[in-house]
Amino acid sequence: MTTASILDNTRISSDVYLMTVSTGKGGSPGQFYMLRQWNQSPLLSRPISIFDAQGDSVKFLYQIVGEGTKRLAGLRKGETIDIEGPFGNGFPQVSGRIAIVGGGIGIAPFYYALRTMPEADVYLGFSREPYLVDEFRKLTDNVTVDVGGYILDKVDFASYDKVLVCGPNPMMKAAQRKNEAAGGAGKVFVSLENRMACGIGACLVCSVKSGSSRKKACADGPVFAVEEVVFDD
Amino acid sequence: MIDTTCTIAGILFKNPVVMASGTFGFGREYAKLYDINKLGGISGKGLTLKPREGNSGIRVWETAAGMMNSVGLENPGIPRFLSEEAPYWEDLNLVRIVNLGGGTLADYTEGAAMLDEDAKKRAAAGHPAVDMIELNISCPNVKAGGMAYGIQTETAREVVRLVRSATDLPLIVKLSPNAEDIVSMAVMCQEEGADGVSLVNTFSAMKIDIRKRRSVFNNLYAGLSGPAIKPIALRMVHQVCKHVTIPVMGMGGISSVEDIVEFIMAGAETVQVGTHNFVSLRAGEELVQGLEAFMRSEGIRSLGEIRGIL
Repeated sequence: MTTASILDNTRISSDVYLMTVSTGKGGSPGQFYMLRQWNQSPLLSRPISIFDAQGDSVKFLYQIVGEGTKRLAGLRKGETIDIEGPFGNGFPQVSGRIAIVGGGIGIAPFYYALRTMPEADVYLGFSREPYLVDEFRKLTDNVTVDVGGYILDKVDFASYDKVLVCGPNPMMKAAQRKNEAAGGAGKVFVSLENRMACGIGACLVCSVKSGSSRKKACADGPVFAVEEVVFDD
Repeated sequence: MIDTTCTIAGILFKNPVVMASGTFGFGREYAKLYDINKLGGISGKGLTLKPREGNSGIRVWETAAGMMNSVGLENPGIPRFLSEEAPYWEDLNLVRIVNLGGGTLADYTEGAAMLDEDAKKRAAAGHPAVDMIELNISCPNVKAGGMAYGIQTETAREVVRLVRSATDLPLIVKLSPNAEDIVSMAVMCQEEGADGVSLVNTFSAMKIDIRKRRSVFNNLYAGLSGPAIKPIALRMVHQVCKHVTIPVMGMGGISSVEDIVEFIMAGAETVQVGTHNFVSLRAGEELVQGLEAFMRSEGIRSLGEIRGIL
């Protein structure tokens, strides 16, 4: 296990936190780390995407959804955390007209992504209170925000060369339907957040159906061209 | 000098730390994190004759000090293993175990024969890739067979006998804790010429989503592993060790050096470490180093001094 110290862990909204961890391992936008600060219960580490990485620190934006993230939220500056990573493929290098579309905690990988592609248009959707919108606005003027509706409705896929999407599964399925309607391949990319155990491609619990085969969300992804993914249900 | 070596069917393990099937892929992923040649051995991802897609829906669920999985034996099939993974295994310096699963008796025997033929070719060429077969009669996630073979001793006997006659490779049989009588199962394996048994596989378990009013798993039940099962696994290993003379690979929730020592004191020749690989991706390296340090501090020169002392 690799231990790192927590430089900051700040509450951003009612159940969303931003943690800064001291590590020089960096990573690229869309990659994630496996975090844990517990022994046997919960048992597994939590895959959390990189919110930002600069110099000797990496930031993680996370929402309390269960026991693990609750424990993470309780950690204080100066405490240590076990981290492994960065893992996963990250977003592809893209050019042209780019839309970045984040839904809820799905905005997490896009701050760092936007720093590497500041010309992108940003769409942020929230079901209730928005958060970190001002931080995105410091990087670009082109930030569109929706609260309580469907952020995807505000994105005209036809006017972009690439669309990067991260959000709840129904939102990514909707992005797939929009992409099919527009007939594009290799245009829309989604970042999946399947349940994981190892995070490195060995255990196959995060498996994604892709055409007639299976891919690993952790190692082949988490970013996939949306037409590659067969969503469950 | 601390002697951590173990032997099964004349095959020497550097130490008793063997990575359990399904938790370690074929080793490549972990090899990026540490030198896996420090391990005693690995049992690769369970293989079937033909590729399997595995189960749909949620495949993992955490529970108190444990996890349930419903992967359903997703694997590339034996032919692809032999062409794509075996060359990588040729260069490893640890005991390499193929975990063989199946749906039908024919799947098992054909799979074993294919592995046997390939092993003979590679041995003749001086580049063996597989040292041993671990026969999986106990995967709880496969409807077509798997579990059915692992429950009743006389049903399992047929599979063990057929696979035993289909290969000259050392053969160990992985037993299910869901067996009607795990001791009689182990005795049967010994009678049928198995070189060892490994136990226990996961416990058949369940989780209900009370809002959706359905199992969280599409396959209804899933296999429970992790520290939660360790005390029961240890008891079963102890019971089996009392009734067989063939070596036992003990497993079930092993998460520490102390756990390894317990299984060896219960009579296990080696252990297998599974779920703990997810808790610490560097578990193998940590346990191998930790075991040596423990033996040194306790003045234990070889594992034989403590094996089966209870």
